[in-house]
Amino acid sequence: MEALISILIGILTAGGVYLCLRSHTFPVVLGLTLLSYAVNLFLFMMGRLVIGKPPIITEQASNYADPLPQALVLTAIVISFAMTAYIIVLALKARTEMGNDHVDGKEIR
Amino acid sequence: MVLAYLTLIPFLGAVLTKLSTRLGRYSSAWVAILSATLALCLLWAPAQQVWQGSSVVQQVALWVPAMDVNLAFRLDGLSLLFTLMILLIGLIVVIYARYYLSPRDSMGRFYAYLLLFMGSMLGVVLSENIIQLLMFWELTSLSSFLLISYWQQREEASRGARMALTITGGGGLAMLGGFLLLGNMAGSYELSDILLAGDTIRSHAHYPYMLVLILLGVFTKSAQFPFHFWLPNAMAAPTPVSAYLHSATMVKAGIFLLARLFPALSGTQEWTLIVSSVGIITFIMGSYFALSKHDMKALLAYSTISHLGLIVALFGIGSPLAVVAGIFHIINHATFKASLFMMAGIVDHETGTRDMRQLRGLRRYMPHSAVLMVIAAAAMAGIPGLNGFISKEMFLAEVVQHGHASSHPWLLPVIVTAGAIFSAAYSLRIAHNVFFGAEPKDLPKSPHEPSRGMQVPVEILVIACIVIGLFPQLAQPLVTLVADSTLQHAAPEFHLAIWHGLTPELLMSAVALLGGIIVYTKREIFFSLQTHLDGKLDAKMIYNGLMRRLFALSSVITMNADNLSQKRMLWILFVTSIALGAYGFFSGGSPLAGDRPMLPVDPMSAMVAIIMMVAAVSTVIMHQQRFTSLVLVSAVGLGVALTFVKFSAPDLALTQLAVEFITAVLLLLALFFLPQTTPDEQDRLRQGRDVAIALVAGIGIAALSYAVLTRDYTSIADYFIANSISGGGGANVVNVLLVDFRGFDTMGEITVLALAGLGIYAMLDQLKLLSPKQDAEGRPWNPDTHPLVLATFSRILLPLALLVAVFILLRGHNQPGGGFIAGLITSAALIVQYLANGVEWTRSKLPANTHPLIGYGLLVAASTGIASWYFGYPFLTSTFNHLHLPVLGEFELASAMAFDIGVFLVVVGTSLLILINLGMIHQVSYLPRIHKPASGKDAKTSRSQRGSNTLPIPSDTIKQKKGMPWKH
Repeated sequence: MEALISILIGILTAGGVYLCLRSHTFPVVLGLTLLSYAVNLFLFMMGRLVIGKPPIITEQASNYADPLPQALVLTAIVISFAMTAYIIVLALKARTEMGNDHVDGKEIR
Repeated sequence: MVLAYLTLIPFLGAVLTKLSTRLGRYSSAWVAILSATLALCLLWAPAQQVWQGSSVVQQVALWVPAMDVNLAFRLDGLSLLFTLMILLIGLIVVIYARYYLSPRDSMGRFYAYLLLFMGSMLGVVLSENIIQLLMFWELTSLSSFLLISYWQQREEASRGARMALTITGGGGLAMLGGFLLLGNMAGSYELSDILLAGDTIRSHAHYPYMLVLILLGVFTKSAQFPFHFWLPNAMAAPTPVSAYLHSATMVKAGIFLLARLFPALSGTQEWTLIVSSVGIITFIMGSYFALSKHDMKALLAYSTISHLGLIVALFGIGSPLAVVAGIFHIINHATFKASLFMMAGIVDHETGTRDMRQLRGLRRYMPHSAVLMVIAAAAMAGIPGLNGFISKEMFLAEVVQHGHASSHPWLLPVIVTAGAIFSAAYSLRIAHNVFFGAEPKDLPKSPHEPSRGMQVPVEILVIACIVIGLFPQLAQPLVTLVADSTLQHAAPEFHLAIWHGLTPELLMSAVALLGGIIVYTKREIFFSLQTHLDGKLDAKMIYNGLMRRLFALSSVITMNADNLSQKRMLWILFVTSIALGAYGFFSGGSPLAGDRPMLPVDPMSAMVAIIMMVAAVSTVIMHQQRFTSLVLVSAVGLGVALTFVKFSAPDLALTQLAVEFITAVLLLLALFFLPQTTPDEQDRLRQGRDVAIALVAGIGIAALSYAVLTRDYTSIADYFIANSISGGGGANVVNVLLVDFRGFDTMGEITVLALAGLGIYAMLDQLKLLSPKQDAEGRPWNPDTHPLVLATFSRILLPLALLVAVFILLRGHNQPGGGFIAGLITSAALIVQYLANGVEWTRSKLPANTHPLIGYGLLVAASTGIASWYFGYPFLTSTFNHLHLPVLGEFELASAMAFDIGVFLVVVGTSLLILINLGMIHQVSYLPRIHKPASGKDAKTSRSQRGSNTLPIPSDTIKQKKGMPWKH
């Protein structure tokens, strides 16, 4: 399972990096989304893979998944939503002001 | 505590002055007068103690106890003298400025800055801890920046202010280094300890470095050579500011520090050599340049530089009597220089110019002012019977004494006498040139006496000059007190008097005065010499050149890192990270896999993972088809949510699901305004290179994850799990972490969220997005945006969805849920209304402006935190109690719940703010086509109306296949 998840995170990262290096805004936004999935998963996995032991204290359960990375990632998800929103609006603004949707506002050769 | 309050008063006053401007133009002056008076009253009690010979040290609070940094205040003879100067001359300047400022100038702003500066200065002289002293020291630099640039519209004001800030700020930085070394040597940052540790400090190996660093701070602040040039440029400030900052306070801060640290630092060869030679050079250079300045304030600025050099030289000589002379001259210089600056201001105010090539013969129009000016200038020149004479005599005597020790006993006295000659000459010039001589011509204003309000402050100071000059023994107790506390032991017997008999210094004084008269009459020679020298060997030019080079260098660095291409910057970032990561991998030498047993792969997980991988890869491959890739990327997001479910993170799964929905709507909305496809990038080589980088990055991250996941670790989580119920009152540890243990983090995060929302709002404000009328293939968009079934069901679902959100919010402390998730669910439910019924309809039902929601959310969250202060606990301490409610069952009432509600409100407010505003642009862009906006109360009517109105689309737009639809 560990290997599978590692490969998954690797693929998400690779896709994110490639799309971030594109020269139009929308693919870059998608790339950032993929990268934030990868980063959130990676951070979350720092608590290692634990199945069926949510960190909710009950009488029956004896041990739990690490709640700390979960708390960190929870806010990270919300913040990355805000970041995505900010960037996409920035892209819209740039599109209106510059007349194209290139990341630098113009083609650089 | 009283000293802390004393320091605080001007700061409070600064706030009040700004507020008081509503009560009338002069109310701010009253606030300033009251602040200074109140501070003087507070000074009374501790000053009594100091007068009796003890120093007052008041510990206020531990600030950073681990680093020995505390808030503490100290009042002894030396700081008493400076406090009195700051407050008394401050009071005089406040009154003067009230009459000086023109109706165009903002009084409130002026007095706010002035009080800010006064408070910072008080902080400098009253600090017991040197780190705290440094903080106030920097505040004086900042507030003097504000004062110098008070007339913001003037180019030279902002330039002068910037220069002063650069020089004194740079000096402050050096001084921080010096203070850290000093504190390290003395083993404490408290002055009481440092002053006793002189021997340890002087014998320490780092003593020279520390000395140079601290002296850099002192010399920059007190405008010593070669850092003197900022002071003449700071003359762009309003004259009351110059009278205050550049006679009695700001520039004296450096002198204060020199005196303050005298017992700890002085007495070594380095000290004597550096301090006395810098002081002497500054003294001579300043007095020479002062003579040939034609601007009255520039002359006074150079004369200030020169007199500061004199005082610095006295401290450099370092004998107890030299220190006494230095202290006495600090007092005398403050009195006559402040009055001279104010006189320059009066002349400027009443004639419209300060240029001494234009000014002459003013005594006919301003006889009273002429008298004041002559006395003040005579005090500066050192004429017997005035205070300047006595301290200058003491200086000359010390120079003669000091010279005896060197191989050429006559050299130093001759140099100093030369300086004194110029000093007498420029004093003569500023009085004679301006007030005597022929009738003035072509003055911008016809000269007349100023208002009494401007003269009285000068009179007070001039009377002080005369009284001290005639009866110097009156100043004896104060000077003794200050000297004792400066030296940290009893000063030797000295006697302040006019007549000391026929001494070498009297001879030097006489030579200086006679020489001064001769130099003044022959001044044209020096003027022409100066015009030849102009622009050569000018410290200001060197400074400007250095600054230019610094800017050029930094722009070269910036342009190399950032050639305005995001791709290139990201490329550098990725490649650097890969290189650093690879270095870590290959230099470590441990095996990739650890020994933690791996979990078996079950078919379901494998399937989800493979779907996610395929979706991710397809996103990349199909990224040119934007809509398709958006759908694919959302599929990956859902997969991430499933992963969270699988690995015991229900809270994360819920959050991810809700966020995924909102993000998808947002991106779809945005995509409507963007081209539907991405043009192909022609450069295959670059694409290949990017693929390579992406693959290496992916492999690296995968390897890193694998290496981490197969190793065991220790976590601090056990603490949180063990204390979640007992300490936070909740069973859901993730939520307790968010709202309780790490509540302050969450507070910061919702603030970031709110700021992002407001930033987006600002960007969308006034943004005119023209929407395309047809898609990429030229087919018109379907205007029938609100299908009936969706509209009906969404309305039925809304209460249910909101109920779910409330449920999730309430149970969040014990079960998966909480403010973040509930907020996202609420937003999702409301966004569905917008989607199904249109912005107009929904806006008529719900308030569109969600700013207040964000504000209330932050307020609720912050006030829960602050409420715990009220009960004497640290910020955001939570408390809880269990209630039993019917139906709902065991119910947790924790104060953290209120915090979670704050989080909830911010999340709802922000996400709605973003989407509604984007949606409204969307709606506006539709309006030209939908002639009747869908605002009808009944959805049916509006639908039928729209149906009839939207059909006729101009045929030419349909034909315009390859046109740029957004450029209509």
